[in-house]
Parts: sequence; structure tokens; C-alpha cells
Amino acid sequence: MLITVNGTPHTYDGDPLQPLLWYLRDELGLTGTKFGCGISACGACTVHVGGTAIHSCVTPMKSVADKQVRTIEGLSADGDHAVQKAWAEANVPQCGYCQSGQMMTAAALLEKTPKPTEADIDHAMSAVICRCGTYTRIRAAIVAASAGGR
Amino acid sequence: MSTPSNLERRDFLRRLAAGGLVLAVGPAGIRGLKALPAFFAAGDPLQASVYLSVGEDGLVTVTCHRSEMGQGVRTALCMVIADELEADWTTIRLEQAIGDPKYGNQNTDGSSSIRTGQYAMLRTAGAAAREMLERAAAAEWSVPETQVSARNGTVVHATTGRSLPFGRLVARARSLPVPAAPRLKDASQFRFIGKDVTGLDMHAILTGRATFGQDAKMAGMKIAVILHPPVYGASVATVDSAAALQVTGVERVITLATTPIPSGFQPLGGVAVIAGSTWAAMQGRRALKVTWTASPNDTHDSEAYRTALETSARAPGRVVRKQGDVAAALSGSAQKVTAEYYAPHLAQAPMEPPAAVANVSADGCEIWTCTQDPQSARNEVATALKIPKEKVICHVTLLGGAFGRKSKPDYIVEAALLSREMKAPVKVVWTREDDIQNGFPHTVAFQHLEAALDAKGRVGAWLHRVASPSINSTFAPGVTDLSDGELALGILDLPYAIPNLQVESCRAEGHSRIGWYRSVSNIPHAFAISSFVDELAHAAGRDPRDFILELLGPDHIVDMANAGAVKPVDNYGDTWAAHPIDTARYRKVVELVTKAAGWGKKLPKGEGLGLAVHRSFLTYVAVVVHARVSATGEIVLPRVDIAMDCGFVVHPERVRSQAEGAVIMGLSNAMTSELSFKNGRVAQSNFNTYKVLRMSAAPRELHVHLAASGGPPGGVGEPGVPPVAPALANAIFAATGKRIRSLPVGSQLAGAG
Ligand code: FES
Ligand code: FES
Repeated sequence: MLITVNGTPHTYDGDPLQPLLWYLRDELGLTGTKFGCGISACGACTVHVGGTAIHSCVTPMKSVADKQVRTIEGLSADGDHAVQKAWAEANVPQCGYCQSGQMMTAAALLEKTPKPTEADIDHAMSAVICRCGTYTRIRAAIVAASAGGR
Repeated sequence: MSTPSNLERRDFLRRLAAGGLVLAVGPAGIRGLKALPAFFAAGDPLQASVYLSVGEDGLVTVTCHRSEMGQGVRTALCMVIADELEADWTTIRLEQAIGDPKYGNQNTDGSSSIRTGQYAMLRTAGAAAREMLERAAAAEWSVPETQVSARNGTVVHATTGRSLPFGRLVARARSLPVPAAPRLKDASQFRFIGKDVTGLDMHAILTGRATFGQDAKMAGMKIAVILHPPVYGASVATVDSAAALQVTGVERVITLATTPIPSGFQPLGGVAVIAGSTWAAMQGRRALKVTWTASPNDTHDSEAYRTALETSARAPGRVVRKQGDVAAALSGSAQKVTAEYYAPHLAQAPMEPPAAVANVSADGCEIWTCTQDPQSARNEVATALKIPKEKVICHVTLLGGAFGRKSKPDYIVEAALLSREMKAPVKVVWTREDDIQNGFPHTVAFQHLEAALDAKGRVGAWLHRVASPSINSTFAPGVTDLSDGELALGILDLPYAIPNLQVESCRAEGHSRIGWYRSVSNIPHAFAISSFVDELAHAAGRDPRDFILELLGPDHIVDMANAGAVKPVDNYGDTWAAHPIDTARYRKVVELVTKAAGWGKKLPKGEGLGLAVHRSFLTYVAVVVHARVSATGEIVLPRVDIAMDCGFVVHPERVRSQAEGAVIMGLSNAMTSELSFKNGRVAQSNFNTYKVLRMSAAPRELHVHLAASGGPPGGVGEPGVPPVAPALANAIFAATGKRIRSLPVGSQLAGAG
């Protein structure tokens, strides 16, 4: 099968049930996508498939055949996506481990909903756990990154 | 090895080889390290001590001997050194220290990385290097030293305006003696300390390029996933590995011996599946058929255990502090108030589950891992492999959260044992299930409090009994109640001026491993104490804020030497002289937080404000929670205010973020989290059953107020947590009249709104 990751095509002939997460981390060395739970309960492994945020830990390889996958490494050339800039501005990360998943979830939210309400933000972002407790800064950063800020 | 930090290390070695000015600072201050060549001749420069170096290329390399887990220590230590050195911030390079006692204490716990003399030590290191560079410039220009001064990476001659960059002065400076007592900057001259600086790891984190323990790699490494014993103390009885070995990619199944109880930092044992990929190892583990031996903890049950703790705390225990005559004062009082509080086990559950990669060879063992304490990792690995600890090299990656879990190196020892068996590098990956079920849970506590109020509503007597298993029970046999060190976390150091006061520690034996958790026993202790104070205020018909201020009494220093403690009370490892209990500092954070939160304002029905104040890790924190409880018992938090006096602040922005994080973790503890045992096994397995706070439940507004009191720095990472749970419980009482005495709040409010 063929899979395109951050614009680069790859062929894959391994276990069709292997989750995308482990393909990205173990085989492509794209370790920006994190393992936090393995059961779609924490959002650390969030990537975009065809522009939609999904949890790669429960996404089997066979379901991403011929799909476009985007990871944190492909979100921008050098950390200059609006979400990354807003994250830097608000000093969001603490340990940083959850932040790839946070930013990928936020970026997908803003692509679909350029001016999200607080309820939209809470709804989308509650899929991603941060044990360091950066939630209030994430809310502020998303507002800042949304269409022209507010 | 191909991790970025290793590449940086090689760069650094090259720079050293080119000749640089190297200063080593030990825990006791600068240790007369002289010129670089002698330093090289003396041995391995990388393992000499905590140090900074200035290269002939002008680059300043700071070695961080503490672990970064989001608290910002890597940046903060650089700020301190750069400031005293008068360095150009853009020339700062960061090295992460390997585990070695030459660096002094590397255990990143106890909120200690700035407070325990490290701040002064690193300032001295920076200042000494600056003075040597200044002297070199003075000699170069043949002018008096008083006429030259370092400024932003150069040394300037005041009268002529001549200047030389640091790099050009290194050759001359490194042959000068290291000043023993260099002149420190005046605080008004600080350029980085006390200012906000962008974290040095920020860009790597934002672009997904930061390396955590789960990301560490060694060429040719195998991946291991381990099936741990479900009950503490059990070991493998039988293994059927046939199906596991059928899984494509699985290479071997290895049985690991169980460390006898108490197992300390050593592994639990179990069955490891070693494979070429993480997924194959996980599939292999699922296919294992394992039976376990019986354990004395097979019947451990959290419900029954709670009853046992309750019985224990209702009877007299070991008296550890006694002032006046509590029994007489209680029996003769106008009003007696009794309340009991329960706080359950918790899991640290850092977002990054533990992981370690190790390579055991004839030379020894090299490790890359997310650890809070690379020295204990080194020691435990050396013990397990029966090799000298000098042969164990432990590199530290970034930590994806830790909260106490990663101060225990059992997973690192597992990697080393498996690498020895496989004769190849092995990476041990803990899954979330391992983390929740096979970790070192935070203690559980049942507390019984009684107090006497006189006719004017003043507290005349206070009895506090706690039954809570000790962390020490994980390390030594025969431990039957909390240690004096754990009792000093909030109970023994109660600051209130109460004439008759007694503290007792009651029997509570451990049936699982028990470990440190962000702010440790302060969590249950502050929950009980600050809830009980609120209950007393209401019983006395007083405003809780006024009541707390009255309990503190007029501003004074609490004389802990004469406070009735049976033994000297620990003060977070520091002296009472340097860090006394100052009730004025309590008062100020209470006043600050209540003013900011609009204490006393009229709120709609179903809403309330709750206040709590607690000192821990030498820092004073007060929290006001504004809670709104719906008719169905749902809690919304419109706002939380937290005021912190941690003495001198190095990096205000990171202090604020730590305080914010502490509020979220405190609310998680209070609202949703509970780890419990059934048939000796942890009943929860992952974030679907071990619940932590998500954004939807986070406060709508969160305000941090830094009460800059100056003075020696206190801790920052932990002290924000303890007052959060009682502030929430007190707010819920104000909103609904329902008193929360058992955590987590969970569904207790259904129908209370
Ligand atoms: S690792 Fe995929 S949701 Fe947690
Ligand atoms: S920043 Fe550490 S888990 Fe979110």
C-alpha cells in the first residue's frame, strides 16, 4: 500500500493492523507524534488524515492506504504555523509531551472552524489530556490563533 | 547513538579540546579548579562537577544537572549563570549532565532545584568566570581591574571604551586562579534573573523535535514490553509463550525475577516480550499466558482498607506533637467539632509513560532515559547487574512529565537486565496500563480531627490523627505508620496559635508500592486541615477568611523548637533559622488572593467561594476557588485565584505556569482521580477509568498572583497543589451546604445543587 506522510510518499507492506502511531514513530522516526494511552483516551498521538484530526494509536495502517497524513513535523516548515506561533507567544508548553497532540488538534479545529466559540474549543480540546495543566493557556492561544485573533 | 544531545555533547568535547575556560562548582561552592590543561590531566572533564565553560569561540556551555520536566529548570539555571557571567544570551549552549555524584545531588524532587543553595552556587560560578575574564582584559590592556567590566559577552574598558569579546580573553583567563569569593551582582543589575525568558526547549517542543525517554534510540535496539505481576509481591509461576513467539517480529520471551517485598527501586519482575518493533512487542504480550504465585497482598481491597484506616484513626496513635492538655480542653469546651477526611491513592500518570533504553556491553552499561534522578538509576542498575557504578553511564532525556514517578528507576533496571540477556540495546516501553497498575501510587489517608471552640468561637484545642501508609514501607520491612518526615509535610508544622494541640500518627501498613507524588503527603494533610478550619469557621459563625487570620494570630515567627514536637521537625531539608514559619507571609497571601477574588461578594444561589492556605517546600500559597454547582451536581469553575510567596523569583513566567499547572493537578486530584485496589490488583487501567481533568472541566479563568517577598527562594513546582482540593471543597460547601470529606468529589454532588 501507499501512504503519504508530510508530502512524502512511502510504500508499506507490514502488518495491516499495526497502528499508524507505531509506523510513524518506529519506522519513519517521526517521534513528534506521542504515545500516551494507546486506546484513544488522551490525544497525545493526534495527527491529520485528509485534514481531519485522528488518534493514530487506534488507526490501523490499512485504513490510511492512499491517504495524506500530516504530523507535527509537517505542520509547518519551521514552527511558523499560526498555532505554533500562538503557542510560543502564550508560552503554552510545560513538559511539552502532550503539545504535539494539542497543536494538531487545535490546527484541525481552526481549519474547520476559523472562529471557534469557547464551547467549540473546549469540545475539541477535551480530547487531549495535559497532565502539566496548560489548559487555560491553550484556550487563550487558540483564540489568538483563530481568524485574526479576537 | 544519534540523539541530538549526543551530537551536542560531541560538539562540546570538540570545543573543550580547542581549549576553554572551565569552572567547576561543587555543592559547597567553587572547588579551585584551575587552568584547563591541569583539568584535562586530572581526568574526565565532563564528569568533574557542575560547571560552565567559556570557549575560545565565545560560546558559553552550561551543564544542567537537574532533570527538565516542564518546570523550566534548564532555562532557569542558564539564566542564573548567564546573568552573573554577563553573557550574551545567544551564546549560551546547554548540556544535560549524566548521572554522577560529582554534580552534587541530582535528584529533581522536593521542588529543590533553585531553593536548596543551588541558586547561590550557580551565581557564584557565573561571577567567578566573569571576574577571571575581567582580570584577563585588565592585564591585556595593562589597566587597573577596577576600570574594566563585563557586559553582554564582552569586557569593556570604561575610560577608553575599548572592548574585547569573551572568546578572545579565554586563553589568558584560564591560567588565572579561580576567585574563591567573587563579587556578586546587585539585584538591580540583573538582566535575566527575575525577567521572562523564552524556554530553551520551546522551539524543539513546538516542532515535534524534542527528545523524550520514549523517543530515545540506540542503533540496533530491540523493544521490550513487560507483563508485570498484577499483585505486589507475586512472581511468575508458569509461562506459556508459544502464542507470543508466533507473533511476527517477536524475538524472545524472558522471565524477570520478582524483587522480594519491600522491593524499593528494583523491578517488580514479570515476563518480557522482546521484539523488533513496539507494536510486535505489545501484540506478543497480549498473547502470553502467565500464572502468578500467591502474594500476601492478594486480598488487599481499598474499601476494606479504608475501614481499617478509619478504625485506626479513631483510636490513639503515636503522639508526635503535644502542647497543653487536649483531652481536658476538648471535654470542657463550649462546642466540640469532629470531622473525618479521606483522600485516596493517586497515580502520577505523567503523559509520557516511563521508558528507558540500555546497552550492556563488556565496558559496562549506557542508558538514555527520562529520569528525575540519574544517580539513583546508576546505583540501582549497578546493583542489579553487579557491576561497579562507575561503569554505568546514565544520560537524561527530557521528561514528559514526572510528578514523582520518574524518581524511581525500576524501568531503567528492567532495560539493563534485558539488554544483558539480549546482548543488544533494549528499550523498555511502559504502556499506560503498566503506569497505572504497576507504579508507585501516592499514599492513601484517613484523618480524624477534633477541635474545641469557646463561647467566643476561638479554637482552644486541636487533635489531629492520621492513618496513612508510608513511602518508607516500600523500602524497609516493619514500617507501620507515617515517618516523621512525612508528618512534617503540613501536620507537625501546623502554624496556628492553639493552646492545646496534639498530633498522632496511627497504624497503617502498606500493601502496594507507595511513592512520591507532586507535594506528597501535603495533599491529604492540607485537605483535612484547611477543610476543618473552614468547618470550624462555619461552626463559630465566622467568615472563613477572618477566622484563618485570627488563627494565625498577630504577625510572628512560629518557634518550632518549642512547639511541642516530640522530635525535631524537618523543614524540607532546610533550617528553621533560614526559613522560619512566618505568619505574616501566610497573612499576605490570604489577603492578596481574597482581594483579587472579590472575597465577600454576593453570588447567585448555587455558587460559592472557598479559601485555603498552606505552606510547603518553604513557600506560602493561598487559593480561592469560585464554584458553581448545578441542580444535577455538575461543577463549573468560573474562576480560580492562586497567590504564591516563594521568596525570591528567578523566572516569573515559569513560576506562574507552575502555579497554573498545580491548580489543574490539584483539581484533578480533588474532582476525578482515584486509584483503588480490588483483590490486590489496581482496579483502574488507563485514562478511561483513571480519570484526570480535561479542558472542559478546567476553570474558565485562572489568575496567578506572585507575592514577591524577596528572601531566600522557596520551592515552586509542588507547593501550589495542596491548598487546591480544600479550597474547592470549601467552595462547594459555600455553594451548596454540602461538605466534601472524601475525595474525589466525583458524583457526590448529584442532587445537591
Ligand atoms: S495515545 Fe492515542 S489517544 Fe492516547
Ligand atoms: S505540557 Fe506536559 S503534559 Fe502537557
